[in-house]
Amino acid sequence: MINWNTTILFAADEVAKVAASSDGSPRVILLLTVFVLAIFIGFEIITKIPPTLHTPLMSGSNAISGITLVGAIIAAGSGDSHLSKILGCIAVILATMNVVGGFLVTHRMLGMFKRKD
Amino acid sequence: MNAATQDLIYLVAAVLFIVGLKGLTHPRTAVRGNLFGALGMLLAAVTTLFVAGLSFVYIIVGVVIGAMIGVVLAVKIQMTAMPQLVALFNGFGGGASVLVAGAYLYLRLSRGETLTHADSIATAASGLIGAVTLSGSLVAFGKLQELNFVRDIRFPGQQVANLLLTLICLALGGLLVFYPDHANLIYWIMAFLGLALGILLVISIGGADMPVVIALLNSYSGLAAAATGFVLSNNVLIVSGSLVGASGLILTRIMCVAMNRSLGAVLFGTLAPSGSSASADEVYTNVKSTSADEAAMLLEVSSRVVIIPGYGMAVAQAQHAVRDLTNLLTKRGIEVEFGIHPVAGRMPGHMNVLLAEADIPYERLKEMDQINTTLETADVAIVLGANDVVNPVARTDPNSPIAGMPIIDVDKARTVIVIKRSLSPGFAKIPNPLFAADNALMLFGDGRQAIVDITKALQEG
Repeated sequence: MINWNTTILFAADEVAKVAASSDGSPRVILLLTVFVLAIFIGFEIITKIPPTLHTPLMSGSNAISGITLVGAIIAAGSGDSHLSKILGCIAVILATMNVVGGFLVTHRMLGMFKRKD
Repeated sequence: MNAATQDLIYLVAAVLFIVGLKGLTHPRTAVRGNLFGALGMLLAAVTTLFVAGLSFVYIIVGVVIGAMIGVVLAVKIQMTAMPQLVALFNGFGGGASVLVAGAYLYLRLSRGETLTHADSIATAASGLIGAVTLSGSLVAFGKLQELNFVRDIRFPGQQVANLLLTLICLALGGLLVFYPDHANLIYWIMAFLGLALGILLVISIGGADMPVVIALLNSYSGLAAAATGFVLSNNVLIVSGSLVGASGLILTRIMCVAMNRSLGAVLFGTLAPSGSSASADEVYTNVKSTSADEAAMLLEVSSRVVIIPGYGMAVAQAQHAVRDLTNLLTKRGIEVEFGIHPVAGRMPGHMNVLLAEADIPYERLKEMDQINTTLETADVAIVLGANDVVNPVARTDPNSPIAGMPIIDVDKARTVIVIKRSLSPGFAKIPNPLFAADNALMLFGDGRQAIVDITKALQEG
């Protein structure tokens, strides 16, 4: 695990250098910082999740990756062009299916685990 | 709502996702954890509606359609089909990333904004990872659903083709950065080639490797969301995306370790060459078959029984029958436990969900390492629809394709009852000497029917 972490950190560092040299934007560096730190948090938490819950973990984390919904909403609602709105609308459909279906099916599954407490 | 307030609420949402995932570290707190995650998502989505100047028609249409389909899928799906559903959801996430990055690119260019290199890189990454995730997941879905038109396709030079296609996609991503004038066109060509790449990458991967593929695509869907976060300069996408990316990577690693295969070997479909493994006829000279009645008699006099389920249990929908047998044995004072191999089934934790569905308490489910230390004290081990994960060849024959793969040592139990339709090999396509071992009895038949028969025989006997 430590090897992975250092590798990721190293890679992120390299990417940050490239990003900084290409346009010198500090905003990108800030975003990269968040990205790298969140990956570390992810590794720390996920390694503690027992194998028994790995399927709900996948469906639940999957629902979380539906956060693209935020971007989809903005795309579907902004601008005057119908093209980008329609693309956004399809993205909203996909992301909402992902979010609603993902959280709901995870809830259904976890209910099966909980009953026996 | 001003931008700072919005960002603060996004931060709260990100924290809720982290707390939610932390809840999944124990079955007791898991339901609450999932609800925290859902609450975070609701907060993030509602906050986004307050972005200045949005028109709501397309948003409402999208949310209503998406939510209806999502609810139907989540409520109707059978637990045995969970791998397909997760594959499908992975694909939806990837698809959303492609479309969002594409729509943004179009919006910004039509407004005459100039893109920084970082913006272009993020857009290209979001589109490419998203496209590969979308088509790869759909192929994985087709395979898991056993759709006829999705077959394992391998052709000579496939890896070269994949490599070339990857390089072309990356080159187009580079062009996007340096030729913003034609960015829209370049982006969509790249996205379509990305779709082709996703199909090619997954189409050659066999059924037993599906746990790895789904876990990896899970990771990709997260990375695609994170890349979209860079496009939008939005931290909540980046945080959630990297959490999911990390989660998928960890699961991928666990699955690879449990099969003793490298990720490369899975992705490029290479099994280690099977050297001098014995032929089926040699191995199966001394197979003893048994009946449900005899199995019931063996169970009756035992004090500890271990059940090892495999994908066959899911196919036969045998989990409820297993629960009835477990309850009957427990009532008679016989200890019943389950040994779960990490890659049993078609996705990580698949067996656990099926057994939980049948109301079998999770305390009875033991991980491979745990059950292996106690199998010697088991009077009877029942292998239900599992094959390669209990093949002792993994321990004994260094030339075998599964050499070194950690297995459940059922052969150490006093008696092993293998419930299986026939002596056909598992995914590794090698015979299993366990079936002919001195302490092993084969009970041929459908998994569910066999368990039902044993239970009936026990009740009558």
